[in-house]
Amino acid sequence: MKDILAELESRRDAARLGGGQRRIDSQHAKGKLTARERVDLLLDEDSFEELDMFVAHRCTDFGMEQDRPAGDGVITGWGTINGRMVYVFSQDFTVFGGSLSETHAQKICKIMDMAMQNGAPVIGINDSGGARIQEGVASLAGYAEVFQRNIMASGVVPQISLVMGPCAGGAVYSPAMTDFIFMVKDSSYMFVTGPDVVKTVTNEVVTAEELGGATTHTRKSSVADGAFENDVEALAEVRRLVDFLPLNNRQKPPVRPFFDEPGRIENSLDTLVPDNANTPYDMKELITKIADEADFYEIQEDFAKNIITGFIRLEGQSVGVVANQPTVLAGCLDIDSSRKAARFVRFCDAFEIPILTLVDVPGFLPGTSQEYGGVIKHGAKLLFAYGEATVPKVTVITRKAYGGAYDVMASKHLRGDFNYAWPTAEIAVMGAKGATEIIHRADLGDADKIAAHTANYEDRFANPFVAAERGFIDEVITPRSTRMRVSRAFASLRGKSLKNPWKKHDNIPL
Amino acid sequence: MFSKILIANRGEIACRVIKSARRMGITSVAIYSDADKHALHVQMADEAIHIGPPPANQSYIVIDKVMAAIRESGAQAVHPGYGFLSENAKFARALEAEGVAFIGPPVGAIESMGDKITSKKIAKEAGVNIVPGYMGEIADAEEAVKISTEIGYPVMIKASAGGGGKGMRIAWDDTECREGFQSSKNEAANSFGDDRIFIEKFVTQPRHIEIQVLCDAHGNGVYLGERECSIQRRNQKVVEEAPSPFLDEATRRAMGEQAVMLAQAVGYTSAGTVEFIVDGDRNFFFLEMNTRLQVEHPVTELITGVDLVEQMIRVANGEPLSITQDDVKLNGWAIENRLYAEDPYRNFLPSIGRLTRYRPPAEVATATHAVRNDTGVYEGGEISMYYDPMVAKLCTWAPTRTEAIEQMRVALDRFEVEGIGHNLPFLAAVMDHPIFIAGDMTTAFIAEQYPDGFEGVTLPDESLRQIAASCAAMHRVAEIRRTRVSGRMDNHERKVGSEWVVTLQDNRFDVVIDADRDGSTVRFADGGTMRVASEWTPGDQLAELDVDGAQLVLKVGKISGGFRIRSRGADLKVHVRTGRQAELADLMPEKLPPDTSKLLLCPMPGLIVKVDVAVGDEVQEGQALCTVEAMKMENILRAEKTSVVTKIEAVAGDSLAVDDVIMEFE
Repeated sequence: MKDILAELESRRDAARLGGGQRRIDSQHAKGKLTARERVDLLLDEDSFEELDMFVAHRCTDFGMEQDRPAGDGVITGWGTINGRMVYVFSQDFTVFGGSLSETHAQKICKIMDMAMQNGAPVIGINDSGGARIQEGVASLAGYAEVFQRNIMASGVVPQISLVMGPCAGGAVYSPAMTDFIFMVKDSSYMFVTGPDVVKTVTNEVVTAEELGGATTHTRKSSVADGAFENDVEALAEVRRLVDFLPLNNRQKPPVRPFFDEPGRIENSLDTLVPDNANTPYDMKELITKIADEADFYEIQEDFAKNIITGFIRLEGQSVGVVANQPTVLAGCLDIDSSRKAARFVRFCDAFEIPILTLVDVPGFLPGTSQEYGGVIKHGAKLLFAYGEATVPKVTVITRKAYGGAYDVMASKHLRGDFNYAWPTAEIAVMGAKGATEIIHRADLGDADKIAAHTANYEDRFANPFVAAERGFIDEVITPRSTRMRVSRAFASLRGKSLKNPWKKHDNIPL
Repeated sequence: MFSKILIANRGEIACRVIKSARRMGITSVAIYSDADKHALHVQMADEAIHIGPPPANQSYIVIDKVMAAIRESGAQAVHPGYGFLSENAKFARALEAEGVAFIGPPVGAIESMGDKITSKKIAKEAGVNIVPGYMGEIADAEEAVKISTEIGYPVMIKASAGGGGKGMRIAWDDTECREGFQSSKNEAANSFGDDRIFIEKFVTQPRHIEIQVLCDAHGNGVYLGERECSIQRRNQKVVEEAPSPFLDEATRRAMGEQAVMLAQAVGYTSAGTVEFIVDGDRNFFFLEMNTRLQVEHPVTELITGVDLVEQMIRVANGEPLSITQDDVKLNGWAIENRLYAEDPYRNFLPSIGRLTRYRPPAEVATATHAVRNDTGVYEGGEISMYYDPMVAKLCTWAPTRTEAIEQMRVALDRFEVEGIGHNLPFLAAVMDHPIFIAGDMTTAFIAEQYPDGFEGVTLPDESLRQIAASCAAMHRVAEIRRTRVSGRMDNHERKVGSEWVVTLQDNRFDVVIDADRDGSTVRFADGGTMRVASEWTPGDQLAELDVDGAQLVLKVGKISGGFRIRSRGADLKVHVRTGRQAELADLMPEKLPPDTSKLLLCPMPGLIVKVDVAVGDEVQEGQALCTVEAMKMENILRAEKTSVVTKIEAVAGDSLAVDDVIMEFE
């Protein structure tokens, strides 16, 4: 018996060493942690239950049968994050460069199936050179098996991808279908075709970092939702994100003890909106002053900055925030911001996370690039997302809510539960000047008359009361009391039950 | 007594005057520009009258507009505060013509003392020591150079009408003299509408000590002790105290008596200040007389118990002084720290913006200590580019200087200001500086002790240990809270451990925490322990801790895996990790910030006034590259090393943001 136990220990030790010390050192030299070290940091101490430690590949071509390391380049299992269960797979770059074989894929599929069945998130740590070329089509089949599970799990359990090394070719499509992708600056990249192929086909000379590094994907492509300085920070921040998310779509979002008075009055918000309607202000100040403990987890911080998305807590419970940002492009909606916000709203709705919308929007961005790019359909995504969402929806209009953008931004008409406005709100078809120039076209030559008409229009329409008279605004609230009002609104909506009509699925304008 | 007074000023001093007026049962009237519509002084006053656009030369210093406001309000008297019209004889004369009382000295005194050239002549005639200098008007830079050579460098170039460091330059040679003359002249024209300049010998190793005088219209005059104002930056006072740690009783009396003599020689009434330069042997020279309430008057009030604003109002109302020189007793020690919207890490360049957080320490007044904060702003208010960058004057009082300094340290740690760059860290550093603690400062203190600007504070080991122990205890509390999230797996909850590794400022402390109901005992690897108790809960931005019986106040911010801690002028990233986390964090590469050494970045939001170089120019270290104007100050940006300009991104007239690239070098 002792021998057998010793044998188990020695096999385990071998498995834990992955591709061996030399490759572990080389991984460290690149500033990267090993697959196991990453799991250690992601999960609560000693909570990892590993599965399939001894799985090995079955390839017999190219002499592969001579080298069959235990685990086959991926570590899988479950553990806890602050006591809540998650499933995890972590690709081991030290074993065949983390390449995906049929068995490697099967390990991932096994935990994904368990996650679906048991209702817990899947966190994937990607660090892989790509397909196990020696296995050919078996490897491709493995990818597709994973893809199919990503698709089935979407909207059932949260899926989070951490790209912490290479992720290229077909491999990118698994993270692409998860809810969130995070990358590590300088040591990760994602692309469908690498720099060499790009050069051959298009003659473009580009580095891997430029083509698919963290900066590219957080600022330009919006493929990634965030980037972190290093592995340690990335894993700590994913733990922080998981604290905001429900484990599956049957659960309410998590609640945790909080140390912040829900009725906290913030007098400084009374002066947040500047006197001049064209002067920007930072909407993030409002978000952090509404949030419990000023804690805000921003998603896609560096992309389409004219809209802000992320998570806060109110009375300890997670709330998704969507907010126009007046400091960037005056907070207008455009293709990028609509796509960004639509995807976020749909995530929240899928996982029963209430949505707070903070509105200061002058309209949609005009221009050929927008129209040629299909702003109609992209803008419609956000409209669609808000309209179909059945979670509690609270909206606060701080300043401008003009035109179609007013309708889009979680208006009353899209089944908003509480639609509040600050006294500074202007809910109108457009700004006073533009409206006057259309309504009083005949007087266009007379500057004095136009000025008088503009002043009249401002008096009549540049306020929240016209909308409040019709009940489109439920209440005009003081800025300083926003946290209290919004908290109470969400508290009153904890029992909300709203169902959309049965359908196989909708046909959102993709 | 007057029933209504108008305060022809803004900011903290307007608020200060309103407070005394209110206590005396006098209705107060504020005036405000467009930029000050929501300002604190407007909110505090009983009435407020709008007087024009933001620039002071279109509002606060336009006599006609202020006079119109006085007529509209029906005010019987006007308090001018400091700056603006406070030493403007035309204004005083206009008031006289309308039969409105000026809460300040008579026109004649303002005129004779207000002009630095005239005032020296009078002082000399009154038998007061003066510093050698040239008192005539100076036509151009060449004449300035000639005069300076005669006096002998170093010289000080000053605006005749100036004050508060504006329009003032020190020149050590002909080149600096030419340059300084021109920029002083420009600043003087912009700030005071009077570009006359004079030059005097610059006394080295001087201390700036001033005497507060108070005179009535019945021939009575007293001096209320001195204020030590030696801690200055570019002649702008930063830290003041009363009394001076340098004066003996005899010198104090001699200076005081001379000050009263000078005041009475010009028929002075109201509160006024006679500034002296005092050298190492306690020889003192008359510098100038400020015919108004000084910014730093609170320290005098704290040690004498006299409300100077009230006294000014009473004197203006014709009342005789109720105190004699014998009644003046200096009690305890008071220190004032001026909080400026100036970024100490960026060479004290002005910073503007919204005060997203502004929480001064609580004001207290007991027999053993006092905290007073004179301010004109509030959380959510705006620091605008149009006016002085002073945000608040924080004062502490205690029976002894040592205690007053300690009170100030704690008060600074408790002062929360976010949204703008500010000098709190620098003030904290000064309060801990051995020269200041010893009371041995001269006006060169800042220039000598911080020759390369302020680069933050390196805390002593014991402070780092206290912070490490506190952060470990706070982190543990925050982590335990995280484990109480809903949806966890029963019986498999996360256990938060007791062993932590704290890293800060390249130090590593391995600690073990034993927590109980009242706090935590933190054991260090070297065997030492610290007892930490605090009411802090996660999310609190200010932590009040008791560490082994000592009071520790930390500003607490969030960073990934730890805290940003600000305390005693230091700004630290503190990571608290488990042993395993620390081991793996050690493997992470250190990433260096991008190299900006070959760029000239705009150090503050401002307007490019001129660019002195062209592409291809070779520039020498210290050579002027361009001038950026912000908050009425012209800031000359200089080459940090010899190089060649390869690209210029900005032209005169451009309005730039912080860190915008102005030019690039080879």
